[in-house]
Amino acid sequence: MISLAGRDILHGWGRFLLTGLGLGLLIGVTLSMAGIYRGMVEDADVLLKNSGADLWVVQQGTLGPYAEPSSISEDTYKGITGMQGVARAANITYLTMQVREGVRDVRAMVVGVVPGGPGEPGQPGYLIAGRHITASHYEAVADVKAGFALGDSITIRRNRFRIVGLSRRMVSSGGDPMVFIPLKDAQEAQFLKDNDALLQQRRRTMDNPLFNRPGVPGLLEAVIASQTTNLYVNAVLVQLKPGYHPEVVTKNIQRWKQLQVYTQPEMRSILVDKLIATSAKQIGMFLVILSIVSAAIVAFIIYTMTMAKIREIAVLKLIGTKNRVIASMILQQALGLGAIGFVVGKIIATLWSPYFPRYVLLEPGDAIRGFIAVMVISVLASTLAITAALRIDPAEAIGG
Amino acid sequence: MTKGIVIEGLKKRYGTGDTTVDALKGVDMQVAPGEVVGLVGPSGSGKSTLLKCLGAVIEPSSGRMRLGDEIIYDDQWKIPDLRALRRDKIGFVFQAPYLIPFLDVIDNVALLPMLAGERNTVARKRAVELLEALDVGHRAKAMPSQLSGGEQQRVAIARALVNRPPVILADEPTAPLDSERALAVIGILNEMAGQYETAIIIVTHDEKIIPTFKRIYHIRDGRTHEEAGEGTSFTELINNEKR
Repeated sequence: MISLAGRDILHGWGRFLLTGLGLGLLIGVTLSMAGIYRGMVEDADVLLKNSGADLWVVQQGTLGPYAEPSSISEDTYKGITGMQGVARAANITYLTMQVREGVRDVRAMVVGVVPGGPGEPGQPGYLIAGRHITASHYEAVADVKAGFALGDSITIRRNRFRIVGLSRRMVSSGGDPMVFIPLKDAQEAQFLKDNDALLQQRRRTMDNPLFNRPGVPGLLEAVIASQTTNLYVNAVLVQLKPGYHPEVVTKNIQRWKQLQVYTQPEMRSILVDKLIATSAKQIGMFLVILSIVSAAIVAFIIYTMTMAKIREIAVLKLIGTKNRVIASMILQQALGLGAIGFVVGKIIATLWSPYFPRYVLLEPGDAIRGFIAVMVISVLASTLAITAALRIDPAEAIGG
Repeated sequence: MTKGIVIEGLKKRYGTGDTTVDALKGVDMQVAPGEVVGLVGPSGSGKSTLLKCLGAVIEPSSGRMRLGDEIIYDDQWKIPDLRALRRDKIGFVFQAPYLIPFLDVIDNVALLPMLAGERNTVARKRAVELLEALDVGHRAKAMPSQLSGGEQQRVAIARALVNRPPVILADEPTAPLDSERALAVIGILNEMAGQYETAIIIVTHDEKIIPTFKRIYHIRDGRTHEEAGEGTSFTELINNEKR
């Protein structure tokens, strides 16, 4: 038996292909939306992995440092370093802000890290160009997505930094590229006041007789110095010695240091389940809407194509064609349209994904699930046309 | 007469109660194998209803129909699968050819045997033979849109004949054709009827072809009346209608 659907498609292939292209664009958007969600989860995983930490020590009662503000003393890491099972501990700060390069602004997450090489907690794991931060001041490593080049001079608050290294896939949970600078500079940037505020605070302190006593020389200078120095960091990143269980070390730190400690799975849960949960729901809603729109388009197109063949279908029924054959013809056309749409959509999504501002991860598993969904939608969408075709009276082929 | 088609007291009533319409009030007809008869009548006389009943598209209200040796209707359908009956035992030729536009000529004809379960190669071979017999074999690979009106109608005739049905129902098959082509189509139908022992009933208003029928059934007010044979003119039929 010849394929009636195949012949019909070949007969009007131009119209069919154009329709498939249109549907493909819609499917491409749908696949990209799924890819954006996957990219967000992947970004969260990469963020955790590249931080090089086994534990995150943050202010008690907070979900810091990514989900909530956290502030702990910069000396905390010293005590943690001496605890059993801890290999290394390092202070870190995070601050999302505008970083200027020349006349342009880039939204970035500025990360204050202890200068050192790869393996130091908080330092980017690998670089695609340049070197890690070694100086204590005014050097920076930026993610390539920020658009900076080696040797560029960037401005963070009032200080200028030279780009000495470039990393890849180092972004915040919000998709902003990371810019690593020395910890001291980052602490200053976090709490730096403007000149007027400093002068005003200095005058108030000088006017206070308790700090400006004739018998205590140097007290005023010490107080002013303490007011303009930031002694806090957002978190301490901890690396464990081999063989030590994270839960055991976590309990020890929590018991002795009165701080909140998160393991990798807990931090991942905070990032994925709390930080990007709303975005995931938003994307989920878009996926549902796009699926409904795709189904409506396939249903409309197949219905229109079927209704344009009323007379032919009546003739087919009159000359003895079984309902099964007619239903199969319409179903095959719907599936064919869905398949063309999916192939076009997959190609388009793959081609345009690098141009998205956020990382788009197109997973093969999602593609397979997407294909199955498209086929199911095509089957459901064809039922309207099949029902209409089966209702066509063969007598319509005979006049009168 | 053991083959062909025999119709006895066929009635068809539409609607119920006050809206009842008796479209057929007792039709008697018989057409022998190889015979071509005309079925004429004014609009609303019941021609299309009769054709639909004969074509097993609608169910008569009562009466009896025999196709060859088989009784297909006796106050109720005696055949369980009417679709198969239409496919295997009845050929249809319409006013317009109604070829399937996305199939080429050969597959338009071969589709019926394929639907009946015949292998594609065998079905196509039969189609080619018929197309050649109808002088359109050279257009076998063409699409319907590439054919002239006359060629399309020949292909439609080939499609009606391909399963060798004992009866062909033709609904105004010459309406869109000029005199020359109309007479040519009737000539082909006569030739095919003789060659394949097929009974052919042609519903027509076409005054050009009416004189060519050896027998004519005139349907008036839901009943058939057999008219004089070959040479009967359209004017005579009109006059008979007024009687």
